[in-house]
Amino acid sequence: MKAEAAVRPAEPASSASIPLTGNEAIARGAWEAGVRVGVAYPGTPSTEVLENLSDYAPSEIYTQWATNEKTALDMAIGASFAGVRSMTSMKHVGLNVAADPLMSQAYIGVNGGLVVVVCDDPGIHSSQTEQDTRLFARFAGVPVLEPSDAQEALEYTRLAFQLSEDFDTPVILRSTTRLSHTRSSVAVGERVEQAPKGFIEDPQKTVIIPANARRLHPKVVAREAAVARYFEGSGIHRWEKGDRKFGVVTHGTAYLYVKEIVPEVSILKLGSSYPLAENTIREFAASVDRLIVCEELEPFLETEIKALGLAAEGKSLFPRCGELSPELVREGFAKAGLVEAAPVTLNETVENMARPPVLCPGCPHTASYLALRGLGARVTGDIGCYTLAAVDPLRSIDTTVCMGASIGNAVGIALSGTEKRPIVATIGDSTFLHSGIPPLIDAVYNDVNITVVILDNHITAMTGGQDHAGTGRGMRGEPTYQVNYEQMCRAAGVDWIRTADPYEVGKMYQTLREAIVHKGVSVVICSRPCVLDPVRIKGAPLEVKAAGCVACQSCMNLGCPSITWSDETYEGRNKVKIDPTTCIGCTLCAQVCLSDCIQPVTA
Amino acid sequence: MSAEAKRAPGAETAGGRNILVVGVGGQGVIMISKVLALIGQRRGFEVKQSEVHGMAKRGGIVFSHVRFAPKVWSPTIAKGEADALIALEWAESLRWLDFLKPETGVFIADTRRIVPPFACLNRQQGAVTAYAKATPAEVVERISNAYALDASGIAAGLGDARAANTVLLGCYSVALDEPLEHWREALDLFVPKAARAINHAAFDAGRTWAEAARAGTQEVPTMPALFSARGPAVKSELEINAAWCKGCDICVKLCPERCLALDKKQIAVLTKPDACTGCRVCEWLCPDFAITVHQTAVGAA
Ligand SMILES: Cc1ncc(C[n+]2csc(CCOP(=O)(O)OP(=O)(O)O)c2C)c(N)n1
Ligand code: SF4
Ligand code: SF4
Repeated sequence: MKAEAAVRPAEPASSASIPLTGNEAIARGAWEAGVRVGVAYPGTPSTEVLENLSDYAPSEIYTQWATNEKTALDMAIGASFAGVRSMTSMKHVGLNVAADPLMSQAYIGVNGGLVVVVCDDPGIHSSQTEQDTRLFARFAGVPVLEPSDAQEALEYTRLAFQLSEDFDTPVILRSTTRLSHTRSSVAVGERVEQAPKGFIEDPQKTVIIPANARRLHPKVVAREAAVARYFEGSGIHRWEKGDRKFGVVTHGTAYLYVKEIVPEVSILKLGSSYPLAENTIREFAASVDRLIVCEELEPFLETEIKALGLAAEGKSLFPRCGELSPELVREGFAKAGLVEAAPVTLNETVENMARPPVLCPGCPHTASYLALRGLGARVTGDIGCYTLAAVDPLRSIDTTVCMGASIGNAVGIALSGTEKRPIVATIGDSTFLHSGIPPLIDAVYNDVNITVVILDNHITAMTGGQDHAGTGRGMRGEPTYQVNYEQMCRAAGVDWIRTADPYEVGKMYQTLREAIVHKGVSVVICSRPCVLDPVRIKGAPLEVKAAGCVACQSCMNLGCPSITWSDETYEGRNKVKIDPTTCIGCTLCAQVCLSDCIQPVTA
Repeated sequence: MSAEAKRAPGAETAGGRNILVVGVGGQGVIMISKVLALIGQRRGFEVKQSEVHGMAKRGGIVFSHVRFAPKVWSPTIAKGEADALIALEWAESLRWLDFLKPETGVFIADTRRIVPPFACLNRQQGAVTAYAKATPAEVVERISNAYALDASGIAAGLGDARAANTVLLGCYSVALDEPLEHWREALDLFVPKAARAINHAAFDAGRTWAEAARAGTQEVPTMPALFSARGPAVKSELEINAAWCKGCDICVKLCPERCLALDKKQIAVLTKPDACTGCRVCEWLCPDFAITVHQTAVGAA
């Protein structure tokens, strides 16, 4: 560990100011810090970090999509071992997957600087859970930096690499949806190349066997104190002197809301919640009459501050669940008596309508789930665009847990012996590669009766269309080896494998029927590209010949957003019509139409 | 109804602006937000533009907060603090009303309706859509600075309905004392080359519309009620002849409402009578003519 004085916040050589989102600023900061390897698995709201990093010259940075967050972190760790600066980025739940290497690397430390960007999603805009990564940082004993805007995102990213090397530790840079996707002006600097150090042979450090781990653990504890000391004097925590009656401790985006609502109070803005700047907090607390902690999600700082024996208020004022907003922060400070409650003369919203996201017109997943719906199967689901088939009108998924869970869940249901229906696991191509292969091995190993449906739309669609090992392309479009799912399943021991085209509704249904009567594990690969990525597919639209429409609503069951009711009715039910501007001509609706009235548009 | 008594859009706040742009995935919410952000920057303000677009690609809700002022802290606008709400779709305009500044907030919305499949879930005879009910006339009545226009129609008239977002931007532009050239330059940065001409035309059309609205010569567009032409209300009943049913399962599999099942004796039964719409699919498909749908008219048309 180097002398603490060596660490200084990176100063941007303010050559220019450009508007950047938080994610763009993180990528810029990493580039400026001389990062050489960037690998990640996509996940909202973190995806654009690596996408932006790959905009820089390949000669400067190698970037690539990883199979999952754990392999991404493993690769980044490898690059760090080999002596270059490396980075991985993921959404909060990605860190659950990458937790194992993170815990070990916290002991091992780094050679080249290693930064793990984790984007939390307060408010669950697009996730399965709401998690506070600061808890993970403390759990692993890894310092966490928490920028509040894009400028800080850039500066903290540079600092993170420096800290990582100076204190021999991986560093977590924590963003949130709000920061990641807010654009503001950022003073940028230039890239500072880092001389590669090469691999350093030091097995006592790099091989984490019990004997070494027992020696390394106390180092983690000592490092916690050292980083905390550094933070105390570094300027990363900012004390903004104000009204001494109220002192607000805050962090990240919460700071911005505090400045918006109660700009006149004393503020201690922490650039990091872990390791805790105990002395600064004590001093700050002593200087004010009443201490309030305003933080997003968990009462992390509040608990720590109370453990210091200081009186503080926090979650009694601000919500623990959901994203903070200026309104909620105002409400909290109003409760504390600092400000007036919001004016009540707001325009009431009128009666609202739910608008849940839907599968695209022509989405191949539609047909796969329509067929499953007809089979009356017990369907375990997974995470991806296809999760949208869990709601009406398709409503054909019984469970969704986390990425890769579908197959294991199906095996468990089969093992329970209680399920009378055929058991079908449904999983997207990217998710299958991410974490679907080990449970497929379990399925065969346990010789259960299940069908696995791989929804292969040739892309990672949900997160905006990223390539993966099954697409045959790398993230810069370069050709790579393309994983062969059939061979992979065969190697796992599956002997009944069929590939079907979901656009052939009848055949798809028949294939699934055969699959579920097969004894043992059967696999159906539904192969048909996503209509949005990598290329937008738009064929000639179809139309409903209204005279023949009997308003049975069979086509409405696809949930295709191009199909809606028309003003005409048949026996009191609305007939349907198709919006020609959005219909892509997939013919799924025509195939399910019982009166054959959906046909190509005729002049 | 004329807009006579109204102030010009957004003329009330000197200096910075809080503008909330909302719509549905694919409509171009982010594009006009970027233009507005750039205009704010040109005026020498600090600018923040914050969006949530995770579900944008799949027809979900998209919203973008644009704030510019000498100093901007919060990335999002607080409820009741928006100087303007620009909505690219009708139901979305209603969702965000409470963000508008009471009294002075300007409401600009396209009357276009994008009806999600979700709004058509109840297919019972005589059922109505779940699409938002409020009409432009009602909103214009409630909000003092409300402008509703058929921006999509205007854009379509110019050659491409997708330029509706730019029509609305042009409409809002009269609220900011900014030379036309600046708007054009900003637009050109964010629209593809091939679409520049149509976007300029759309912008001008929006601006012209707003100037006329200022002068009080624009009518509030009327919106026809959705899916209004209903037939006479009918009540349907299903008769299943158990003796003829051979348990082939066809009706069970193809019932659009999933309201049939086979019982222990492998005979079709109606398990969810409330869900049955009387669509006759089972009647037509039964190979053994075991199902009959009876419909009786209830009340007048
Ligand atoms: C551990 C974890 N990592 C990442 C994500 C973000 N994520 C949600 S769906 C998805 C992609 C799924 O792709 P695929 O299985 O191919 O289905 P598609 O969306 O293409 O239908 C990703 C990366 C997540 N929810 N959890
Ligand atoms: S993006 Fe692709 S996979 Fe997702 S809903 Fe659309 S067509 Fe389906
Ligand atoms: S053909 Fe039918 S199902 Fe396919 S996109 Fe068009 S309307 Fe939708």
